[in-house]
Amino acid sequence: MSSKRVNFPATEEAVRELRAGDEVLVNGHIIGIRDRTQIRIFDQGVEPPIDLQGAFLLHTAPGVRKLGPGKYEKVCIGTTTSARMVRFTEPLGRDFGVRAICGKGGLPDEAIEPMQRLGMVYFAIVGGAAALETTQIEEIEEVYWEELMPECLWKFRVKDFGPLTVGIDAHGNSLFHDVQERAKKKLEELNARL
Amino acid sequence: MSTITTTDLEAAVEDAAAYLYVWALKDIPQDLRDALADAATRETSVPGQRVLQTILKNVTVAETEKNLVCQDTGIAVYTCRVGEHFPLHPARIYAALKTGTERATVEHPLRSNAVHTITRENTGPNTGYRLPIVHWEFIPDWDGLDVKCVPKGSGSENMSFLKMCVPADGVKGIKQFVLESIVGAGGKPCPPGIVGVGIGGSADYAMYLAKEAIARPIGTRNPDPHVAELEDELFALLNETGIGPMGLGGDVTVLQCHIEHADTHMTLNPVAVNYQCWAARRASAHVGPNGEVEYDREF
Repeated sequence: MSSKRVNFPATEEAVRELRAGDEVLVNGHIIGIRDRTQIRIFDQGVEPPIDLQGAFLLHTAPGVRKLGPGKYEKVCIGTTTSARMVRFTEPLGRDFGVRAICGKGGLPDEAIEPMQRLGMVYFAIVGGAAALETTQIEEIEEVYWEELMPECLWKFRVKDFGPLTVGIDAHGNSLFHDVQERAKKKLEELNARL
Repeated sequence: MSTITTTDLEAAVEDAAAYLYVWALKDIPQDLRDALADAATRETSVPGQRVLQTILKNVTVAETEKNLVCQDTGIAVYTCRVGEHFPLHPARIYAALKTGTERATVEHPLRSNAVHTITRENTGPNTGYRLPIVHWEFIPDWDGLDVKCVPKGSGSENMSFLKMCVPADGVKGIKQFVLESIVGAGGKPCPPGIVGVGIGGSADYAMYLAKEAIARPIGTRNPDPHVAELEDELFALLNETGIGPMGLGGDVTVLQCHIEHADTHMTLNPVAVNYQCWAARRASAHVGPNGEVEYDREF
């Protein structure tokens, strides 16, 4: 299967063209974000210091080396489990215009409806493949909220970031939902055999 | 007569800990590489194949770039087998493992994950109160020390499950719980990995045994034939669930299922599940009584 290429920040139209199962490579700028970053934004009501309109958010807490004030170089950058942060999906799209969330392991079904309504997608990355991911991040351009290290707000410039799989599209489809439904049916069959 | 002082031996253990932590993070064991390559020959789903090819590429990139396989440097877990005549007290071994972990974290540098469990403030270079975690085993009539480092990522550790089955649930209850746990975990623990199962003992000991099980070389079998048979059966059943690589659906859900067991109370039937991600990192060293260190002595 050939990859689709998408540049970020992206428009709603670009994101709605994607379908669950598509293979995607991403170029442009992506924003690193994690548990504590989103707790600060939504639970503590602190306005994020960068524009998230059309943004691609990566669930990450990178390993970095400090070069100087506010300047870091990459050491090892990988992606964390998304499910912990599912409750932020809707406000990210509604309040800030975020278009894509990327992480590992999928988002639970409660993300499907807001993603469809707001025009957002979830990209599944290969968890643990951080050595490869690090080579696709060209530069750490900006960092905010350094006191949350490593759960700061990061801005990365990326080249052919992926391969990503569209796990949840903006049309109500979720690979994770489908896999779980099939697995639950299979479990009934297996249990009957035990 | 030995000219090595206790302090030198402590330094040797510290060096070994620092080396093992970084080595484990960068260079995954050959048995794991073989299991991942074998998984790629069996996987028929498109996203599953994409995941496995990316994993194999990542292992190669980590090698050529001399980088960590995964950014999650985990929680440092060590298993120590201490000989009765090893001339360094476990209290000093623990201090050496802690300092070694800190040195590795600062010198490389590695991401520091350790936080206070209530305040969530970072407690230091991958150490803190009761961190690193060390499991001990004491060996009679021996003067050596074996150290195994298992950096345990949180994605897989978060997928740990305990059930106090009752005796009437039998082995069937154990199987059902393991299957439900792994289906429920879906893609979160970075499948395909190693499912560690601990059965028997007590609640805490069952989970300890599950953790021991994930650190075994892949595909090894429990010496008890009843348990080994259950390992084979669960391994096959788990791969029928269709969860697949990274939970995107496919044939390969787990690389292996390892079980450790203990005898238990007549009214207990505990079962614990501890998951190890595909980047199942582990590295071992042997330290002799004079401070000589040999790496990669598996145990």
